[in-house]
Amino acid sequence: MKREKLMVAAIENGTVIDHIPSNRLFEVIRLLGIEELDHDTVFIGYNLRSSAMNRKSIIKIANRFFSELELNQLSVVAPNVTLSIIKDYTVVEKRAVVLPTELTNIVRCNNPKCICNNEPMPTRFTVSDGILSCHYCDMEQLLTQVKLV
Amino acid sequence: MLHNSSLVSIADLSRDKILYLMEMAQEFERHPNRKLLDGRIVATLFFEPSTRTRLSFETAAHRLGASVIGFTDPKVTSSTKGETLKDTIMMVANYSDVIVMRHFLEGAALYASELTSTPVVNAGDGAHQHPSQTLLDLYTMLQTQGTLENLNIHLVGDLKYGRTVHSLIMAMRHFNPTFHFIAPKELAMPEEYKQYCNKHGIKFVEHEEFNEDTIAAADIIYMTRVQRERFSDLMEYERVKDVYILRGDMLGKAKDNMRILHPLPRVNEITQDVDETPHAYYFQQALNGLYAREAILCDVLGIPLEDIKKDTTVIH
Repeated sequence: MKREKLMVAAIENGTVIDHIPSNRLFEVIRLLGIEELDHDTVFIGYNLRSSAMNRKSIIKIANRFFSELELNQLSVVAPNVTLSIIKDYTVVEKRAVVLPTELTNIVRCNNPKCICNNEPMPTRFTVSDGILSCHYCDMEQLLTQVKLV
Repeated sequence: MLHNSSLVSIADLSRDKILYLMEMAQEFERHPNRKLLDGRIVATLFFEPSTRTRLSFETAAHRLGASVIGFTDPKVTSSTKGETLKDTIMMVANYSDVIVMRHFLEGAALYASELTSTPVVNAGDGAHQHPSQTLLDLYTMLQTQGTLENLNIHLVGDLKYGRTVHSLIMAMRHFNPTFHFIAPKELAMPEEYKQYCNKHGIKFVEHEEFNEDTIAAADIIYMTRVQRERFSDLMEYERVKDVYILRGDMLGKAKDNMRILHPLPRVNEITQDVDETPHAYYFQQALNGLYAREAILCDVLGIPLEDIKKDTTVIH
């Protein structure tokens, strides 16, 4: 940790997303709309050493906090990241962003003949062992194959 | 989400519920004509044509004294104007006591059942589920074998796309069956259903050959059609198209109790000479569709078996 802190500067207020698998970093950046942030400072650490993950990435975003919906989307793209809320240079909340057992209107169904791809309606999935099952058509898809709504 | 007594998927039915519906169907076999649904309105919404299923449901409704509204061709409805399924369902739910729905999209019936407190009966949603077909198949097995337990069931033909055979496996998980999957390689039982069997302790054997010996131990032979359009390799279709045809001369070693089922329509997968044997049962099976659907309509409308047994509206 000490070494990471040296490599990616601390923020006064905002969010730190840690333990991002490096191969998912750019998807996370896109998902959270980080490219569109005009004024707030963002530090991105790519391919940092990690004892648990070998290589990981980290994002620190100043003055930005995320909604449950955004975190649920994040959990699909990068399961098991760690989220820290920073206030006045202090971590006030730290938790793992865990993939929920049910996802409502987060991912799309891969089955073109599923009702949820043909009606203006929210999608629904149950999640078990990294496999998503569509509530409507029962089609299963791997977490690695999902497309976000 | 609204909760009601809709019948959407065979996977939702417990062993007890299946046996309960079987007993109810038995009552309707005894006395199919009643006034149990007098004054009720059954809506049959067929977003894709299915003459056999629609006639069976509508006959069931009429024989129980209900009135029927609906459409058989979505071209005449507002769905061609871009009306959503939701709007159609919300509108029809205002008029009817139960909605019987056939749709080309998978999950359509479940979605419809979540929109309204009017019960929805799934009469087929794409390649997904067709629970009334499964219940009539089960009823036919019970009727011909006297039990649903420990049966040797041979599924023949298109096991890859055959919705009826997939639902049958799910429904039979409660009754310790042994399945024989007899199909060409290209239309073999999909891995997910074999995994389903393993997970639920259902015994199965796979065969590519279909002859007198492979069916000798069968209690039930469930035939399905091998369709040309299902093959990516037409040479393969030409090779196997005549292999999965049940002929009269293949029945020499069949058990006396063995019965042949087919969801119909048949094309050439059962030769006409089989019709004359005591094993042929597909036309009676179609008739059982009436009793099973009478049971389904009453069940989703909250009429219990007890009331049906004591029913005084029977028309003799």
